[in-house]
Amino acid sequence: MKLMSKALPSSQAFQDNQAAHLEALAIVAEAANVARVGGGERARARHEARGKMLPRERVANLLDPGSPFLEVGATAAQGLYDNAAPCAGVIAGIGRVSGQEVMVVCNDATVKGGTYYPMTVKKHLRAQEIAEENHLPCIYLVDSGGANLPNQDEVFPDKDHFGRIFYNQARMSAKGIAQIAVVMGSCTAGGAYVPAMSDVTIIVKQQGTIFLAGPPLVKAATGEVVSAEDLGGGDVHTRLSGVADYLAEDDGHALALARRAVSHLNRQKPATVRWETPEEPAYDPAELLGVVPADLRTPYDIREVIMRLVDGSRFDEFKPRFGETLVTGFAHLKGCPIGIIANNGVLFSEAAQKGAHFVELCSQRKIPLVFLQNITGFMVGRKYESEGIARHGAKLVTAVATTNVPKITMLVGGSFGAGNYGMAGRAYSPRFLWTWPNSRISVMGGAQAAGVLATVKRDSIERGGGTWSPEDEAAFKQPTIDMFEEQSHPLYASARLWDDGIIDPRKSRDVLALSLSAALNAPIAETQFGVFRM
Amino acid sequence: MFEKILIANRGEIACRIIETARRLGVSTVAVYSDVDAGAKHVALADEACHIGGAAPADSYLRGDRIIGAARATGAQAIHPGYGFLSENPEFVEAVVAAGLAFIGPSADAIRKMGLKDAAKALMQEAGVPVVPGYQGALQEPAHLAQQADAIGYPVLIKAVAGGGGKGMRRVERPQDFAAALSSAQNEAKTAFGNDVVLIEKFVQHPRHIEVQVFGDGTRAVHLFERDCSLQRRHQKVIEEAPAPGMSEEMRAAMGTAAVCAAEAINYSGAGTVEFIVDGSEGLSQDRFWFMEMNTRLQVEHPVTELITGIDLVEWQLRVAAGEPLPQSQDDLLMSGHAFEARLYAEDVPKGFLPATGQLSHLRFPDGCRADSGVRTGDEISPWYDPMIAKLIVHGETRQAALQKLSQALQRVEVAGTTTNLSFLGALARHSGFAAGEVDTDLIARDLNSLVITHRPTAVHKVAAAMTALDLFELSQDAGFNLWGPLRQSVTLVWQGQPFLAEVRVLSQTEQLWQVEAQELSVHFKNQRWECAGQALPVTHKADDKITVFAEYGYVFDLPDPLARDVENAADTAVIQAPMPGLVRGLFVEVGDTVAEGDRLAVLEAMKMEHALLSARDGTVAEVLVSEGEQVEAGAALVRLEDD
Repeated sequence: MKLMSKALPSSQAFQDNQAAHLEALAIVAEAANVARVGGGERARARHEARGKMLPRERVANLLDPGSPFLEVGATAAQGLYDNAAPCAGVIAGIGRVSGQEVMVVCNDATVKGGTYYPMTVKKHLRAQEIAEENHLPCIYLVDSGGANLPNQDEVFPDKDHFGRIFYNQARMSAKGIAQIAVVMGSCTAGGAYVPAMSDVTIIVKQQGTIFLAGPPLVKAATGEVVSAEDLGGGDVHTRLSGVADYLAEDDGHALALARRAVSHLNRQKPATVRWETPEEPAYDPAELLGVVPADLRTPYDIREVIMRLVDGSRFDEFKPRFGETLVTGFAHLKGCPIGIIANNGVLFSEAAQKGAHFVELCSQRKIPLVFLQNITGFMVGRKYESEGIARHGAKLVTAVATTNVPKITMLVGGSFGAGNYGMAGRAYSPRFLWTWPNSRISVMGGAQAAGVLATVKRDSIERGGGTWSPEDEAAFKQPTIDMFEEQSHPLYASARLWDDGIIDPRKSRDVLALSLSAALNAPIAETQFGVFRM
Repeated sequence: MFEKILIANRGEIACRIIETARRLGVSTVAVYSDVDAGAKHVALADEACHIGGAAPADSYLRGDRIIGAARATGAQAIHPGYGFLSENPEFVEAVVAAGLAFIGPSADAIRKMGLKDAAKALMQEAGVPVVPGYQGALQEPAHLAQQADAIGYPVLIKAVAGGGGKGMRRVERPQDFAAALSSAQNEAKTAFGNDVVLIEKFVQHPRHIEVQVFGDGTRAVHLFERDCSLQRRHQKVIEEAPAPGMSEEMRAAMGTAAVCAAEAINYSGAGTVEFIVDGSEGLSQDRFWFMEMNTRLQVEHPVTELITGIDLVEWQLRVAAGEPLPQSQDDLLMSGHAFEARLYAEDVPKGFLPATGQLSHLRFPDGCRADSGVRTGDEISPWYDPMIAKLIVHGETRQAALQKLSQALQRVEVAGTTTNLSFLGALARHSGFAAGEVDTDLIARDLNSLVITHRPTAVHKVAAAMTALDLFELSQDAGFNLWGPLRQSVTLVWQGQPFLAEVRVLSQTEQLWQVEAQELSVHFKNQRWECAGQALPVTHKADDKITVFAEYGYVFDLPDPLARDVENAADTAVIQAPMPGLVRGLFVEVGDTVAEGDRLAVLEAMKMEHALLSARDGTVAEVLVSEGEQVEAGAALVRLEDD
């Protein structure tokens, strides 16, 4: 059924919303622009003077002309390490090569020589995780000095640290997910294993080097004096060592060889869903900025968002009269069938049960799920606890956690507390998690958190017979409120890769479509749910 | 009228004849050589017969086979087209002897006009003015040189049996005569099997004006004149009708002379009487001279058709079928002006060198008649005339027609071979030509300005780059990005000069290009790609060549990014043994100069002899082994001097 909008684009509220969203968007855009420049003009000039393409040019010329590029972690590490690692020093994203969707991971040598900060590792691993879950061939455009030594304790030893990169490569290769490395600069120490662990490796002559220890370390260890090129250059590795397979003249040639390698993968997307002819929504997605209130506390009908995302604005709403604070239903997005689960208020027991029911439906039918998150949490209070809201919530969480259909989550508002779990938050491994600039994420609202802490404090003071003035209480609460405000901001979240990136809400439909398309590279497995607490 | 005719020709003229025959309800039989089995004229005809090998002497000149084909298919008549056997009297006799009709003049008429000296003498007797010259049987070089001296330089040596400029030489000075004579004779011998030449005065400011005649065997009419003065080395380039500056009196005088010539030999069918006209002081009735008569349909006959509205091939068929001339002289009228330009596969800057190639794309614009024997995908082979098409236009006035011609030439789309299109375009825009100041030296005189190379603009380069990257038809999600578009690039080469084109695809319908510091925004609007409101030119890509159809076509090379030589990465100075083995041979000594690929040594290993080649050009600095020596893998055998 086609949804009908109640929004009035000429209204003051609409205009105000739009202005506020644009302002929030501008802040993110500014951060993204800084990240895209990488290590700054001087480092870029030095990089280019060596005859090397800038990292984004490498990505661009690897991809098919006009290919979309769904970038992951575009503002990763923003505000971290004194802003020393824009974009976390590595570009990651999904694009098309020879018409096939691939994951590209490209070191940015203009950022501290492409060395791995903790967030660089996390981003690289996240890109690999996306590739593994969605069966996307990986192309590593390598130009990195390896681990960032001052941060070695947060980069080297743990499970999800540097070593995991090669573990992932081996595991993916075993699954038939192609691993292709293009060595366009250094690959030192642990980094040497990226090309060595790849199925196919290309190296640029007189530019790419692969060695476990570079010339300075060799000299220190054994006294042997050797040039980088003679130690681990393209000629050595393609002619003598066999560490690399193809020798390229320059970056352009190397990327052409990589494109050719992809064209020979003999891959075909599995048949998964029944595609329909795509259709534009009846309502302009650009209006999303006006229909979604700027203030998270202002309630609105989430269907105003849905109708601006789905084909023809048509939505087959499931169980519309039950558990109304959770909107569920079927739709198509650029021709792909999807099940939508969207918040429309606080979660009650009925809503949670309905959500679990709907996840079961989509799992059985193998329909990908899209979660539109705007959730303050589950309803609290004696009535709700006693009717077993935790039990009902657990049903939803179980369903979301165990379903095997692709889940894509988009934060379109608040993401607070256990609501985040039931709505496929990061911990529930959605294939992709995107956020809007107006979204906020934290365990609870800053005011609530400050209130909780203040209540505890007041109780303690009053137990001791003291008094606490409202001014003192306000002063006590403010730092907590400020901290929550800072930490719940999407840039803060995205910097730490709690999500895959902040997006312009007007691009939501495209982002979801590309995410779905990428996700459908992997066959959809049968779902075996856990025990539902009935 | 005939029920079925055979066309003893190929290319555009065969196609042209088939079209008229089909309109008249006459079935057609095509003949073809090995290489023409898939040619357009074969596809157009109702039937086709294979007559032999690619060389004309093995096929299109094989009268016996052609007549055999006609008999086998039940054709009643043979149309010879032009060239090949069209003016071969023995062929005509054989056709007639076989009981078939020849669509053309009698063998006798052809013979009379075939030998140019005899023809001139005949014309002189008939009262037609002829150019002073020598046309005797005595062909001694010394005698011919004497005759040339007597006529006065500059003179023209012409093959008696010639045509189409073959076996023809212009000689400016006595000392050049001997060489020119021998080369003309050789060419005539090769082309016509007859090296007899004539010598005539070379007329100053000459114009080539010819009169189309049509005879029924006794009476003849003329269909006005054509001016074919735009020639390059006696090859017509652009023809027109009527002749610029022609007066009614002069036309009447030339027409009468031409009809007189035709009637003198009882001419039947279509023919052309060529005159040389002194154009130094305008056209004058006492300054035109008979040159020769072409006893066939001419290449340039369409211009006459366009000013008279007459289908000359239809007339040929009617007259050959025994019908009277369809119109009398008084009924014949002309209106407007027509031009014909001959589009050739040839490299104009390289001295009009004939070109070959597969026509990967061929499209003619509306508003002009294009007579062509080739289609997209057809090959311009080295075996035959490299003509691609004749473009013929008609306008109310000469100016209007010339403008049409110029526009048509600009809108022709041809890719896959080098053509003279740009040269034709320059001619069509030549101010002297536009003013009607035509003479046969115009092209030679202004050649430099006519072969100027247009430089592609940024828009042309963008169109080429869009073609290279295949960015005309984009997917709906084209160019999608979260925070900023990616910048993709492609390197193209124009006339040996590489340039980089960079693009940011912003959406399915918008692209931002940068070419040599110029930024251009292109949009898909009004069902086409536009730049600054102008439609981007049409392009075509075939293999590694991209043609942009603007200014007569720019051809860009698209280098294959994979076609890179990386073998020079290793130390190329030292040639090493690839495996253990015995040095069987050493072919160089210290100081020898070697080229890349030269064999330096032979190594015997694993029962095989391995040739060791030089990896680059250079000089041998050291030979480090001797013959018969056993060497290890990696042993240095020969070292070259450093670069």
